[in-house]
Amino acid sequence: MDLRLKALTKSIWVFHISAGSCNNCDIEILDCLTPRFDLERFGIQLVGSVRHADALLITGAMNRKSVPRMKKIYEQAPKPCVVIAVGQCALSRHMFRDSYNVCEPLDKILPVDLYIPGCPPKPEAMIDGIIKLVNKIKEVKK
Amino acid sequence: MMIILKEMFYYFVFPGLLFGTGIGLLAGWVDRKVTARLQWRVGPPWYQNFVDILKLFGKETIVPRGRAATFLLAPYLGFLSLGLAAAIIGRALINPAVSFAGDLIVILYLLTMPAIALIIGASSSRNPLASVGAGREMKLILGYELPFIMALATIAIKSGSIKLGSILTYQLNFGSFFYSWSGAIAMVVAIFCAQAKMGFAPFEISEAEQEIMGGVLIEYSGIPLAVFKLTKALLLYTMPLLLVVLFLGKDLHPLFIIGKFVIFLVIFILIKNTNPRLRIDQAMSFFWGPVSLLALAAVILALMGK
Repeated sequence: MDLRLKALTKSIWVFHISAGSCNNCDIEILDCLTPRFDLERFGIQLVGSVRHADALLITGAMNRKSVPRMKKIYEQAPKPCVVIAVGQCALSRHMFRDSYNVCEPLDKILPVDLYIPGCPPKPEAMIDGIIKLVNKIKEVKK
Repeated sequence: MMIILKEMFYYFVFPGLLFGTGIGLLAGWVDRKVTARLQWRVGPPWYQNFVDILKLFGKETIVPRGRAATFLLAPYLGFLSLGLAAAIIGRALINPAVSFAGDLIVILYLLTMPAIALIIGASSSRNPLASVGAGREMKLILGYELPFIMALATIAIKSGSIKLGSILTYQLNFGSFFYSWSGAIAMVVAIFCAQAKMGFAPFEISEAEQEIMGGVLIEYSGIPLAVFKLTKALLLYTMPLLLVVLFLGKDLHPLFIIGKFVIFLVIFILIKNTNPRLRIDQAMSFFWGPVSLLALAAVILALMGK
């Protein structure tokens, strides 16, 4: 396997975008970094600037205000970069699917690599999802 | 020809860039691991920092609209000049006889270069948060340089020389400066200044992840960001080593050097983990107030021969 991709799977820096979420998924994401789960042992870190990011973690139902900004942020991220949709809202707009303010689910806007369902998903589910994503990247690039 | 090759080897491989960065990345891992253990976490594996750098080398480099040349060259300015400082200090430790007159002053200048590189790079990115970070970095330099120079002056007065080699031979003959009053005070001052130079909490004001999103580094991605991370690693190797040379230079057996290096590293990490970030004005008044007074006391004591 490519050394670059191997390094990428061992050190994923995550940028967190909240596109109109209710904050519940965001709290669960922060739980992943606490002593009980400690994602830093896999080299996963939250970063403040999208220029440092390897993965975009998107939560929320994508309202009309946040969609253009989200696209802009995706364009600003250095490639290779994966997009992870966290929570039912990001997957399918959940209970907001009939709302006047929410137009499309996330995968019609950005190329999504990983879906983590749940309202909110448990930290275990997120870790499991990230491991599956890493395995997928490894298989594709073999 | 052989001499040039030898000097190149000293600069690029040992004890300069390559060796220094390797040790610095390992020291950075010690920092992350100790931080994790203090927070009751497991922490990353030992090769984590190397993997991070490797990954950054494989990422895309985005150049913002602005001064592309200075934006891309600034990281190398800091990295290469810091490597020179590391090589000078390392060579003086290996053989005190080879150092040249005035290398203490050269090191003083070279150690400022990483901060200046950060300022240049951040300013040429035209990002408002980066310019806030650059302004803070500039103020921080003004803050810590004065006590740092006074701490070095204490050493120069006590040993009567501005040459690392003679500072080391003086300590070999008459004992480490740490065991005198002025030396001990100057060491405390130098530890605070080194903490600020390395950009560790409570002085990571210019980067402030939670406040200005990485500040000076906000627009950097890919290889330039990796070079800045390497500069930080090299700084983590150079500063403890400089403090060992200046204050605890009695026993120069490799094991003793490693032991003292680790002691300084642990002091830095403990200060980092037990203090919240200061505001820039608090940091300035800290450095120009109590720390400068301490440094002045050290200089006066050194002049009195204590």
